[in-house]
Amino acid sequence: MGRKTLASALLTAAMLTVAGCGGGGAATGETAAAPADPGDASGEITVLTHRTDLVQNGTMKRYAAEFHKTYPKVKVKFEGITDYEGEVKIRMNTENYGDVLMIPGAIAKNNYPKFFAPLGDSAELSKKYRFSDKTEVGGKVYGIASFGTANGFLYNKAVWKKAGITGWPTTPEGFLKDLRAVKSRTDATPYYTNFKDGWPLSSPWTNSIGSVSCDAKAGDKLATSAAPWAKGSDLNVIDTLLHDIVHRKLSEKDPTTTNWESSKNLLAKGKISSMLLGSWAIAQVQDAAKKAGADPDDIGFMPFPAQKNGTFCATLASDYQQAVNIHSEHKPAARAWIDWFTEKSGYAQKEGGVSALRTAALPASLKPYVDNDVKLIERSEAKTAQVNAIDDAAEIGLAKQDYRQKLIDTARGAQQGSLDDFFADLDKRWNEAAKTAGS
Amino acid sequence: MTETTHRAAARPAGPAASSHGKTATPTGPPGSPPRSWRSHPLRRATPWLFLVVPLALLITFTYVPVGNMLYYSFTDWDGVSPTRNFTGVDNYQQLFTRPELFRVFFVSFYYLAASVVQIAIALYFATVLSFDLRFRNFFKGILFFPYLINGVAIGFVFLYFFQDGGTLDSVLSWFGADTGHAWLGDPESANTSLAGVSVWRFTGLNFVLFLGAIQSIPGELYEAAQLDGASRWQQFRHIIAPSIKPILSLSIILAVSGSLAVFEIPYIMTGGATGTSTFVIQTVKLAFQFNKTGLASAAAVVLLLIILLITWIQRRLVPDERVDLV
Repeated sequence: MGRKTLASALLTAAMLTVAGCGGGGAATGETAAAPADPGDASGEITVLTHRTDLVQNGTMKRYAAEFHKTYPKVKVKFEGITDYEGEVKIRMNTENYGDVLMIPGAIAKNNYPKFFAPLGDSAELSKKYRFSDKTEVGGKVYGIASFGTANGFLYNKAVWKKAGITGWPTTPEGFLKDLRAVKSRTDATPYYTNFKDGWPLSSPWTNSIGSVSCDAKAGDKLATSAAPWAKGSDLNVIDTLLHDIVHRKLSEKDPTTTNWESSKNLLAKGKISSMLLGSWAIAQVQDAAKKAGADPDDIGFMPFPAQKNGTFCATLASDYQQAVNIHSEHKPAARAWIDWFTEKSGYAQKEGGVSALRTAALPASLKPYVDNDVKLIERSEAKTAQVNAIDDAAEIGLAKQDYRQKLIDTARGAQQGSLDDFFADLDKRWNEAAKTAGS
Repeated sequence: MTETTHRAAARPAGPAASSHGKTATPTGPPGSPPRSWRSHPLRRATPWLFLVVPLALLITFTYVPVGNMLYYSFTDWDGVSPTRNFTGVDNYQQLFTRPELFRVFFVSFYYLAASVVQIAIALYFATVLSFDLRFRNFFKGILFFPYLINGVAIGFVFLYFFQDGGTLDSVLSWFGADTGHAWLGDPESANTSLAGVSVWRFTGLNFVLFLGAIQSIPGELYEAAQLDGASRWQQFRHIIAPSIKPILSLSIILAVSGSLAVFEIPYIMTGGATGTSTFVIQTVKLAFQFNKTGLASAAAVVLLLIILLITWIQRRLVPDERVDLV
């Protein structure tokens, strides 16, 4: 008897607590404006960042010290978070998620006004900043990109030269032919998928949407597409190339135990001939080359092997967007930090990224693109919210590794099925989800 | 127990009652002689006061989250949005109309088969090491050690173990077996390898449970058995086996629920790729990749119910009777 009362008491207590778990506090729509005079901004702000490496090696602190010279009354504190996406998403259920943060991918775009302070009118900010449409909701912009990256293959020039390849391949078939030449004439692994770590299969490939058709709106078109993997579509070309690379045994022998950190070294030393990544990775691989005693100039960067009217195209996509917490008590200081970090810190240049500032010059890492007249197209993000909604409902995960891991497993025969069936299944799921989620 | 309380309470003893119910004497009218501690109403609260801290922890970290999960499973929450809509049993309906979500349970059979091996190994070593043996404690330590290592660390260690040209391949090549086999390369091999890691990790726990049970058997029984001329096998069959039955049944429950809820090792080592996804990995992905926290909570509730059901069936089939050896 007594035990039963206890159990029911516990249950009631639990239920009451559940009922008490509501949402966060009230949000005001006031704009986080930069202070008119640097001396006006004050307070201690916390910046959440995914760059734990820069927090640990003191680079961020040096930025903060530099910032402190202009804004003497603001103190900047950093919180580097390893599992940034997972952790920040959970913290955003409270009010305590820093003053400045990178917008996690999981936050639906139409929820931005509930979490972040608006930074200004879209009409005004889009003139000054690239990628501002990615965070535009109802005419207001909620985030400014830390930098943007161009997409393309990192390759080891020395290895490709040894294989007798002179120019960039212009078609996926040409790329495969070159990889085969690398395989037969050198002892390098022609392509490295980074299957185990997974993320190199997600964003670099998905960001190539638009590179194939040379269309800035290719991503937006997914929102209304009935069959995104139909023959000739961007996704079809991209995923077919990945499938063929693996199917023709031009990738690493055992994809299930790959390692990203060591793959940088292997590429630098010419043990791997190519990997699809973003321009941000060039600096890291060159760094690895220096450490391994190889020549950093051997690291080349080439666009996705597809041409439209005789020119290569490469999409420019933004990295994380910086936003101001709507619950922040020091909004002017937070905004001042974002502005300073984007415009004056030199962070984008140093990371080999394209600055969000339209007036800034392209980084040195993109010199191969500039020299060879590769057309850089800034990806439109007008319909990203709908595309993500469909993607989640379909449980495909365009920006996740799972479906491409399955594609690779199919290509190397570890899982049953043909490429056509695989695409047909994706199309079917996408289509069904679009009916319920897209609008 | 009662004896010590009597002595400790240096006051006139009240009615020496063994159960709480009887100690509840009604409060006397004012002016009556001072009440003894035994009849004081606070005395009934004493055990609860001792329990406050553990109960608070239990409620905060077990019952409230479970309650929350139950509540989320009836909503369409995406895990972060401040608003959530109550959708009734919609999530459960979705779950049960999508058979592919339950197909991952096939992977659990690998782990179930592995736990049979695991229990057999643990039982064997527990029996052998319960007899007087040289380096007994050393072997005990070796067997139990893997269980003390963090599951994530084990995942990373075995990733190197299984990789192309890794530890396993080099050991095999010493014996001239140059397989070049990708251990995590296809679903069958990957699941077997992962289940093998799980055996390595959890054998120690089973071993210690069995060893504890075996060592609580009085030594005279063996002596008597030896005098009667019983062999080692007969000793195991008629003394050890019956006396560890409750522990064995516990181990089986743990093995079944463990195989249904495998997570750490496959998540770290393969991330659920190549057909190694388990129900929990799938649930985590629903919640954190596709932002379907509501659906994932429903999946978690269903898993909980399945495990409770299996445990119940198992208890009905093998009831827990008191073992009396003597």
